[in-house]
Amino acid sequence: MSATAVHSLWTTASGVTAAAPGDSFTAPKIEYTQLMPVLIIVVAAVLGILVEAFVPRRARYHTQLFLSVVAVAASFAAIVGLAAGGYGTTKAQIAAMGAIAIDGPTLFLQGTILLVAMVAVFTFAERRLDPSSDGNRVDSFAAQPGAVPGGEGEKAAVRAGFTTTEVFPLLLFSVAGLLVFPAANDLLTLFIALEVFSLPLYLLCAVARRKRLMSQEAAVKYFLLGAFSSAFLLFGIALIYGYAGSLSYAGIANVVDGSVLEIDPALADTMGNDALLLIGGAMILTGLLFKVGAVPFHMWTPDVYQGAPTPVTGFMAAATKVAAFGALLRLLYVALPGLTWDLRPVMWAVAIVTMLGGAIVAITQTDIKRLLAYSSIAHAGFILAGVIAANPEGISSVLFYLLAYSFVTVGAFAVVTLVRDAGGEATHLSKWAGLGRRSPLVAAVFAVFLLAFAGIPLTSGFSGKFAVFKAAAEGGAGALVVVGVLSSAVAAFFYIRVIVLMFFSEPKADGPTVAVPSPLTMTTIAVGVAVTLVLGLAPQYFLDLASQAGVFVR
Amino acid sequence: MNPVNYLYLAALLFAIGASGVLIRRNAIVVFMCVELMLNACNLALVTFSRMHGDLDGQIVAFFTMVVAAAEVVVGLAIIVSLFRSRHSASVDDASLMKL
Repeated sequence: MSATAVHSLWTTASGVTAAAPGDSFTAPKIEYTQLMPVLIIVVAAVLGILVEAFVPRRARYHTQLFLSVVAVAASFAAIVGLAAGGYGTTKAQIAAMGAIAIDGPTLFLQGTILLVAMVAVFTFAERRLDPSSDGNRVDSFAAQPGAVPGGEGEKAAVRAGFTTTEVFPLLLFSVAGLLVFPAANDLLTLFIALEVFSLPLYLLCAVARRKRLMSQEAAVKYFLLGAFSSAFLLFGIALIYGYAGSLSYAGIANVVDGSVLEIDPALADTMGNDALLLIGGAMILTGLLFKVGAVPFHMWTPDVYQGAPTPVTGFMAAATKVAAFGALLRLLYVALPGLTWDLRPVMWAVAIVTMLGGAIVAITQTDIKRLLAYSSIAHAGFILAGVIAANPEGISSVLFYLLAYSFVTVGAFAVVTLVRDAGGEATHLSKWAGLGRRSPLVAAVFAVFLLAFAGIPLTSGFSGKFAVFKAAAEGGAGALVVVGVLSSAVAAFFYIRVIVLMFFSEPKADGPTVAVPSPLTMTTIAVGVAVTLVLGLAPQYFLDLASQAGVFVR
Repeated sequence: MNPVNYLYLAALLFAIGASGVLIRRNAIVVFMCVELMLNACNLALVTFSRMHGDLDGQIVAFFTMVVAAAEVVVGLAIIVSLFRSRHSASVDDASLMKL
């Protein structure tokens, strides 16, 4: 290409008077009503920062808790209002000058994220599990995360009864990003939403009260790998932009499927250059698959899930997966449907190694949090099978699976916070031996969650897996279903092994105790069990809801 | 000059950054390599913007700079807290959690 062929829109040509700036400027039109769920959360998060600055230390915990609960509830009410107003179905549209799509999948996933955020706020606020130190109730977060572990500063902070109430605004900022992520309708919004939800999560990982070195290590690993993967995502965005000349999903789709005929010879090198499209698409997929924790981009998952404070792990495992799969679905179904056949072998390979890898490596785990991390990798593979289906059932079954899976995850990690010994949470599996004899209720609840992970009938896991595999089989991915069922069988082995360990082995003399939680964590666990059983016993209403919601707007 | 050359430069910078992330052991250096990758993305975006004759790519580049700045704040906070408790910023030393 010669240099003269390059566009010269803003190198003013001689003899032409450029339009005065401002002449052709039209103010962007923002549909505030439809963005209300996100706006409420952002405003509450900013208020939370102000609370940290101006409210006296003693009152901060209750103020923050109140603010977060009210904000999440109000935001959820706004979602319900939008859905009742038909924005999920007939009035689905693109808002905020093409940046945000308000449609069925958006509202369904945003609702799921907000419900998860609500129960996560409860586990964040739990203050009865750790023994109180110097008469102060403490939660799962460090007295002063900046202080050196074991140093004088930390001791002074603990004596003074400090707590990290900043976790609530951080959680809200993260929720704001998560809400935008599955709604993003152009690549810039996708990238910004990814960073907005990731950065607070990196920080939240680093602030555990117990096992602080592990917590900091988890945060460093998550941060470095997360930044690495988002750089890949961004380079992919640059290449796709170079290919299509547009950042919006609809614009990209038009160029990919060839409905924009080549006009400008200046762009012959880039527009329609398939190398740019394929490499760019692969790099964006890398960024998204990293966030969902699919093999081979899963290496961070076990370390981060193990090291992060358990309430954060529960929130992150559930909500991030929901949002990232939402974004992945929208990207594949709206922006790159023309690539379905090119990407299919790659996605098949990723799904197969994810299902098998997660299930097989989980067998060798001895730590309950790592075990759940590998199980979440295997589940990412099952959900990918639904994503690959490339049919309407694929979308709705993935939506349903995400709803079912997220509550099981939050509930399971909430139970993990209860089993404690002198060093904090007793996460080593050997310490869980005989738990069913000591505290039958807690063990039974955990068994319900494990059975749901395994996909045993009458739990939500079964309904979800059935829907996903059915969609995949109808979408021509029969081989994936076979692999999925096989790896479910492998996975069932280690879930059942934990149940056997809890109920059929002798409790150890120096075993952990089960802390009696406050109503906050009890609510989280009860909601988890209730959703698991309701979605398992009577899934039809929610399946219908998901299939109504399963249409993307373009 | 042919703008495609800038794309080659961007790809080269991105590859240098990516190999730095994989090879270097000091968390700060790894982080700087990530920043190099982000700047390579910026260069590619601005070049494509010039070639297409619209401003979208330049706007993304601005957003990327802001995101990179925010990432520095969060990243340095985490790395410094790790350094203060271990007196080392080596990513190889941080290996409490293994299979």
